[in-house]
Amino acid sequence: MSTMIKMVRSLAAVAAVAIATPALAAGDPPHIERQQWSFAGPFGFFDRGQLQRGFKVYREVCSSCHGLRQVAFRTLAQDGGPSFTEEQAKQIASEYTVMDGPDDDGEMFERPAILADKFPSPFPNEQAARAANGGAYPPDFSLLAKARAAHRGFPWFVFDAFTQYQEQGPDYIYALLTHYPEEAPACLGEDFSGYYNPKFLGGSMPADCAHEHLTGGPIGMAPPLSEELVEYTDGTPMTVDQYARDVSAFMMWAAEPHLEERKKIGFRVMVFLIVFAGLLYFTKKKLWRNVEH
Amino acid sequence: MAGHSNYVPQSAGAKWLESRLPVISLVRGSFVDFPTPKNLNYWWTFGGILFFILISQIITGIVLVMHYTPSTTAAFDSVEHIMRDVNFGWMLRYLHANGASMFFIAVYIHMFRGMYYGSYKAPREISWILGVIIFLIMMGTGFMGYVLPWGQMSFWGATVITNLFSAIPLVGDAIRTWLWGGFAVDNPTLNRFFSLHYLLPFMIFGVVILHVWAFHTTGNNNPTGVQPKTKQDTVPFHPYYTIKDLFAIIMFMILFAWFVFYVPNYMGHPDNYIEANPLVTPAHIVPEWYFLPFYAILRAVPDKLGGVVAMFGAIAILFVLPWLDTSKVRSGTYRPLFKQFFWIFALVCVALGYLGAMPAEGTYVILARICTVYYFAHFLIILPMLGFFEKPRPLPASISEAVLKGGSGKPAGAAAASETK
Repeated sequence: MSTMIKMVRSLAAVAAVAIATPALAAGDPPHIERQQWSFAGPFGFFDRGQLQRGFKVYREVCSSCHGLRQVAFRTLAQDGGPSFTEEQAKQIASEYTVMDGPDDDGEMFERPAILADKFPSPFPNEQAARAANGGAYPPDFSLLAKARAAHRGFPWFVFDAFTQYQEQGPDYIYALLTHYPEEAPACLGEDFSGYYNPKFLGGSMPADCAHEHLTGGPIGMAPPLSEELVEYTDGTPMTVDQYARDVSAFMMWAAEPHLEERKKIGFRVMVFLIVFAGLLYFTKKKLWRNVEH
Repeated sequence: MAGHSNYVPQSAGAKWLESRLPVISLVRGSFVDFPTPKNLNYWWTFGGILFFILISQIITGIVLVMHYTPSTTAAFDSVEHIMRDVNFGWMLRYLHANGASMFFIAVYIHMFRGMYYGSYKAPREISWILGVIIFLIMMGTGFMGYVLPWGQMSFWGATVITNLFSAIPLVGDAIRTWLWGGFAVDNPTLNRFFSLHYLLPFMIFGVVILHVWAFHTTGNNNPTGVQPKTKQDTVPFHPYYTIKDLFAIIMFMILFAWFVFYVPNYMGHPDNYIEANPLVTPAHIVPEWYFLPFYAILRAVPDKLGGVVAMFGAIAILFVLPWLDTSKVRSGTYRPLFKQFFWIFALVCVALGYLGAMPAEGTYVILARICTVYYFAHFLIILPMLGFFEKPRPLPASISEAVLKGGSGKPAGAAAASETK
C-alpha cells in the first residue's frame, strides 16, 4: 500500500518538475524567519515524537526523490535520535531493499536492509536523478540542514555567535516548505509551467523580474506537502506547517546525530572550566600578592 | 636560556645526566628560573595560549588521521564517518576545525600586541621574523587543512588559490600544474595537501622553539618597553607566569568550548557540507575568515598579477617592519601619535576582513582599495615618518618605577619589593 502511494507521489512530482529558465539574474537574498526549536540553545534536545513524525514525513513523501545515504538504520534506535526500539528499527530497515553481493556465483543480488545498512538512495546516480526530475537534482538529505543557511549580514552574524544561532538550516527548510505561493509571479512569463518559491536559495529570476524585487526563484520541486497528506496517530495537527516543522527537525537530527550529546557534554565542560578558572584566578592573586606589578 | 638556571643537580642520577646532556638545567633555565619582567599584562599570555592550541591541534589531528581517507572519492564520506560513527569523533573534528580559528584569533592578538608594544624592535628583530615565518606556515597549514574534507568550498578555495600562481609570468602555468600534480585540482592535489598538512605543524613546532630561544636570549619585552635593569624588575617564570598563563589558557578554553560545543559550524561555510563537485561553482567563493583581509587585498587590485603581488606583499612587509619603524621608543604607551595610528590600522585590518567576505562589486571594491592603500601606507609612510615627527612622552627609569607610579591602578601604599624565591 505504502509503495503504491509512494509511486503515485513520485510520478506526480516528476510530472510537475519545472524545466528551462531563460536569462537569469541574481536577486536579493530571501529573508528567513527564525523559528523556535527544541534543539536550539545550550540545553537543546530533540523532541522524540517530532523526530518520529518527521521521519514518517520523510519516508512517505520526501524519500521518493531525496536520499539519506549517510544515515544508518541502526541510528534510528540510537540515543539522542528518534529513539525507535531496536525491533522497530529492524522492521523499518527490512522494508527497504539494498543491493549486495557479489554472491558465490558472482552475481549481485537484492536483499532486505538490516540495521547495519544505510538508507538506500532513490536514484543510482545524479544523472539518473536529473533524468527522472526534468533536469533538477533532488539533494541528499543527510547533511542538508547544515549545508543551507540564511543570509544574515552585518551586524546580525556577530550576535549569532553569542545567541548560539545554529538553526539556520532547519529555519531555511521550514521557510521553503511553507512559502509556496498560490501562483507564480506574472513576470516569469505566460508559458512558465514550473514552480516558484520566494525562499529558494538556489534559484535566480529572469531579467524581466528585476523591477519587482522578488527573492528566491523557480524551483524544480512541486509543493511537496498538503493538509492531511501524512497520517499522524498521536493527535498532532496534520497541517503543512506541522509537517514542515517535523521534517526540518528530523533533517537536523540526520545532519547532526550527536547534537544532544554535544550540548550535554558542553555544559559539563563549561561548568568545569569556569570553576577551574575561578580557582586559578584566586591562586594566581595569592601568589602575586607580594609582587607590585 | 640554560644560563639562567639556578639548578644544581643533587642526586647521582641527575649529576650523571647533567654532565652528559644538561637538559634539566635547559628546561629550568627556560621555563622555571627564567627571569621575566614582572609587569607583563594579559596580552602577553597569548604566546602560552598559542602553544597550547598548537599541541591541541597536533593531538586531535593525529587521531583524526587514524579515521580519515585522503581520496577524492572517500574523503567527504570519511569525515562524515568520523562525525557519526567514531567515538567522540564529532568532538575531535569540531575541536580541530574550530581550533584552527582559535589559532588565528590568538595569533592575530599576539601580533597586534607585538606591534603595539614595539616587540619587533632591536634587539628582538629575529624573534619577530621567526614569528612571521610561523604565521606564514600556519596560513599554509590552515589552507591545506580546509581542503581535506573535500567539500565545495574546499575544492573551489583550492582552485582559486592555486590558480593565483598562474599569474607569475612565463613559468606560472608550469608552476600551477606542478602544484596540482595534474591539470586540475584532483586526487594528487588532495594527497599532497594531506601530506603537507601533516608535515607543516611539526615545522611550526620547530620554528616555535627558535622563536622562544630568540626572545629568551634577549629577554621578554614588556609594556613599558624599558629593559629590566635590576632583579627587582623581574620575577622567575615559575610559578608567577606558569600560573598566570594557565589561568589565561583556561579562560581561552572557555571561548574555545563555546564554539566547539554550542556553535561548532559558526566559523565554517555551509557549502562545505556539500561534497566537492568540479562541475558546480558556488555563487560566492570565500576563504576561511582568517584569510579574508588578504583576500580583500588580492581582489582590490584590478590586475591579477598585481593582486597576487599585493597579497603576498602584505605579509612580506611584516618581515622588514623592524626597520620601517624609525622611533627609538618601543612601547606605544609612550607614543601619543603612534597609538592613534595603531588603532586606525587595526580598524582598517578588520574592515579589510569584512570586505573580503563581501562580493567584489560596487562600493565594496572602492572601500577595499582605500583600505589596501592605507594598509601599505601605514608601514611605508606613517611608521617611518612618525619616528621623526612624534614627541614621545618621557620614559620611566625602570619597570619598578613605572609600576610604582601606578600605571596598573594599584593603591600606592602596597608593598613594593618583589619577594621572589
